[in-house]
Amino acid sequence: MSLSHDDVRKIALLARLAVNDADVDAYARNLSSILAFVEQMEAVATDHVTPMAHPQDTAQRMRDDAVTEADQHEKFQAIAPAVEAGLYLVPRVIE
Amino acid sequence: MHDKTIAELSAALARGEFSSVELTEHFLGRIESLDGGLNSFVTITGEQALAAAREADARRARGEAGPLTGVPMAHKDIFCTDGVRTTCGSKMLDNFIAPYDAGVVERFRAAGCPMLGKTNMDEFAMGSSNETSFHGPVKNPWDTGRVPGGSSGGSAAAVAARLTPSATGTDTGGSIRQPASLCGVTGMKPTYGRVSRWGMIAFASSLDQGGPMAASAEDCALLANVMCGFDGRDSTSIECADEDFTARLDEPLKGLRIGLPREFFGDGMAPGVAAAVDEAIGEYRKLGAEVKDVTLPNSGLSVPAYYVVAPAECSSNLARFDGVRYGYRCENPKDLMDLYTRSRGEGFGAEVKRRIMVGTYALSAGYFDAYYLKAQKVRRLIAEDFRKAFEDVDVIMGPTSPTTAFRLGEKTDDPVSMYLSDIYTIAVNLAGLPGMSIPAGFSDGLPVGLQLIGNYFEEARLLGVAHQYQLVTDWHQRIPGGFA
Amino acid sequence: MDWETVIGLEVHAQLATKSKIFSGASTAYGAAPNSQACAVDLGLPGVLPVLNREAVRMAVKFGLAIDAEIAPRSVFARKNYFYPDLPKGYQISQYELPVVGLGRIEIELEDGETKTIGITRAHLEEDAGKSLHEDFHGMSGIDLNRAGTPLLEIVSEPDMRSAKEAVAYLKKLHALVRYLEICDGNMQEGSFRCDANVSVRRKGTEKFGTRAEIKNINSFRFVERAINFEVERQIDILEGGGAVVQETRLFDPDKGETRSMRSKEEANDYRYFPDPDLLPLEIDSGFIEAVRGTLPELPDEKKHRFMTHYGLSAYDAGVLTASREMGDYYEAVVKACGGHAKLAANWVMGELSAALNKDNREITESPVSAEALGRMLARIEDNTISGKIAKDVFEAMWNGEGSADEVIEKKGLKQITDTGAIETIIDKVIADNPSQLEQYRAGKDKLFGFFVGQVMKATGGKANPAQVNDLLKRKLQ
Repeated sequence: MSLSHDDVRKIALLARLAVNDADVDAYARNLSSILAFVEQMEAVATDHVTPMAHPQDTAQRMRDDAVTEADQHEKFQAIAPAVEAGLYLVPRVIE
Repeated sequence: MHDKTIAELSAALARGEFSSVELTEHFLGRIESLDGGLNSFVTITGEQALAAAREADARRARGEAGPLTGVPMAHKDIFCTDGVRTTCGSKMLDNFIAPYDAGVVERFRAAGCPMLGKTNMDEFAMGSSNETSFHGPVKNPWDTGRVPGGSSGGSAAAVAARLTPSATGTDTGGSIRQPASLCGVTGMKPTYGRVSRWGMIAFASSLDQGGPMAASAEDCALLANVMCGFDGRDSTSIECADEDFTARLDEPLKGLRIGLPREFFGDGMAPGVAAAVDEAIGEYRKLGAEVKDVTLPNSGLSVPAYYVVAPAECSSNLARFDGVRYGYRCENPKDLMDLYTRSRGEGFGAEVKRRIMVGTYALSAGYFDAYYLKAQKVRRLIAEDFRKAFEDVDVIMGPTSPTTAFRLGEKTDDPVSMYLSDIYTIAVNLAGLPGMSIPAGFSDGLPVGLQLIGNYFEEARLLGVAHQYQLVTDWHQRIPGGFA
Repeated sequence: MDWETVIGLEVHAQLATKSKIFSGASTAYGAAPNSQACAVDLGLPGVLPVLNREAVRMAVKFGLAIDAEIAPRSVFARKNYFYPDLPKGYQISQYELPVVGLGRIEIELEDGETKTIGITRAHLEEDAGKSLHEDFHGMSGIDLNRAGTPLLEIVSEPDMRSAKEAVAYLKKLHALVRYLEICDGNMQEGSFRCDANVSVRRKGTEKFGTRAEIKNINSFRFVERAINFEVERQIDILEGGGAVVQETRLFDPDKGETRSMRSKEEANDYRYFPDPDLLPLEIDSGFIEAVRGTLPELPDEKKHRFMTHYGLSAYDAGVLTASREMGDYYEAVVKACGGHAKLAANWVMGELSAALNKDNREITESPVSAEALGRMLARIEDNTISGKIAKDVFEAMWNGEGSADEVIEKKGLKQITDTGAIETIIDKVIADNPSQLEQYRAGKDKLFGFFVGQVMKATGGKANPAQVNDLLKRKLQ
């Protein structure tokens, strides 16, 4: 699969990555070569193979329903870029 | 002191030959005088290390010391350390003071190991040369014009240069084994689920696994005793009783069945690497092991499958870095979209962005089946190959990396050629198996690593197989010139 | 040309667990901003989710109550999108393999008929935080306390054909989750939220029309208004020759209309994939049977029992089982009054409900307990007071003036049932009204009421009306 500049811009937007116009071409080339490389997988038939999402074939463990976490918002917000009145600030969210 | 193994240091501390404070000061001194040319540390935590060393000495005085109490170490900068900057090699987290400890960090803290500092790494562990780090590349102590490998390149270089007795690493596609190989140290990636991922900043969750890096297999076994174990905060952590990983170190190798995968001994391997690996296999024959060919027919597809699975998971794992709650935030965002795209566009380096984009594409509507699902099926085939191979052999051996350390800048313009540096290690991650790299000689003055792959949960056997080799060879004791 | 409305509802019910679905932070409502957002809820680097067993138990409980298949193996997936109230950049949800499969619910229509509404699936997921739009120097504030609260998303089949049916379904579902004690059902606080998929098609056609999704309708009344508005809007478009656009719309309760949410429409591609931090959820028969053992009597079962056991009409039984609390209250009244089921039903549905409505109280907040009401009804049955006087007694009880017996005693409301005493009064009334007596005896039967009124007046309303009737009839002959 060879990606166009438009494809790169679309993917970058979906991934919320600003990409400089000057870099679009290099991304298109690199991503295309990576995709061409991974397409080697097509060489093997996998019609009846069960996809493997995890290395282990085990089930999810469950925890008891208990409140174990204390309020640490001051510690957590000490590393936040912008907070006020206990809230994280972001440019206006439009509904 | 720095030429001693952890076992030796531990014994010396127990005998009172020196204190933990003296030992810690010694390594801090080495870091200060020798790391300038290596760049293996991102953050040095001298004061905390000495405070921990004093506490370790006090603990020893109370008669409460464990095997590793007082032996200093370093953590890869991917592990969150409470109150200490945790950058993951990225501009995105350059200002990030982690508000909690990773499970692995807690365990070493509880064992009484002073933390010397945080080691450099490829950005978000994405790289095989340490050149994607925001903090600049790490240099290989054997030749500072060459890379140390990656992504745990800082840990490997620091151990190789004996700036620390040991360091933690993480291995998603070879990130412990490949730098261990290129720097001439011993490193182990345990079975997936052995080491808690709590507080280990995720790259590809179904592949990431922490592990120890040190001079010898015996040291790795001692470290694994602390590092491995169940953690209820990680749903993928395996619930099994704690194991003594030193238990099989002395087991003789007579009758051990070693499998050599045909696919690992093809054209791609450099002649000097092939020669060293052959010689190491010969050594194992002398130790009484039986060597036979095995086949891993789909292993050639491991790198392609990996470069779908890992980017797919990373594209989602790294979505949390959005400039809202922590980490880098762009200047004066004009709206929400601008905040996201610029914070992420400016905060991530080129390789991370490439992988996020590949992963985003592989998961997107219309491409999911052809890429992501296909890769998961290939992953199953690769794991099946290993399952079959382990019906006939106990351990699989081969090269860790196709070449010795390459020159800085040599592969930075060609992502795919860089990816192929992990061609022998990646299949192990896809299957979730334990694997090691141990020093097995030199080629043109550069270390060559031998890779050992074990069946699930066979770390103790693997460590024993490595240890027996290290009893009859001294590659692992070699220290690069200028660092002796 | 006649149009047919097609409605499917997606309900998000917050599960009433103490802690979040994947973390140990509290789910309590109304805490200070971000004070209940722990490292996991904030999506700090390196944190991992661990599943809350209680949330799974509640989902299974719901599945059993709607007769659905419980998936022996279900998978948590990541739904990837960027939004400030979504800290990780993805929501952990279930996509291809939900925990609860196909089930159904029965609703009662206005004409008394019942209708079965299919439930496609119900799956577990985590709630998002909240964006607060008050102005912080042109910025929005993000509170992540709600992030990670367990949700059960319940998706219906497009089986409803009118806004009224949709409301009936929603009310039934609401009652059910509260019966099951898996959700507090508080719509104001957002514990029970509804999105409606609405389309119209020409009657007789099979193909569905293009639908619009109306988001976050937070009261039963709004559901009806929002759907009715949307149906009219779509019919207007189609009759004008236009085409309905598939989109997300927001209901504006102030204007009573729906409007397009263009901001949410930017080509979403959620890139679902199995969450690698979580393993498949396996539910064995032991787990299911343990949950089945905790199932309470369900609304339909209770209604049926009320009809057969208490002899109530379908309507009365329906009203009295609309909520678990209502049913419990009613049964306590019946018990306390000595089993007079119909009388109890009349009072609970009549005086009590009216008083609750007037004061805007829930039945659980009634100042008159079921036992107190029951004991008062017993006083009607044993002729201590008349039904008419009982209303005064109830009002006094409502106002905190004491138990029925205390009020009756204090106010002297006890009925006069002493035949001799009533006869004395009747004799006096007859003696005082000779002309009326003459006219009555001459055939003016209507005047009987006059005599009754005079006797009751003379006794301050306390004479037993039946006794007065009997005695008067004899004396006037």
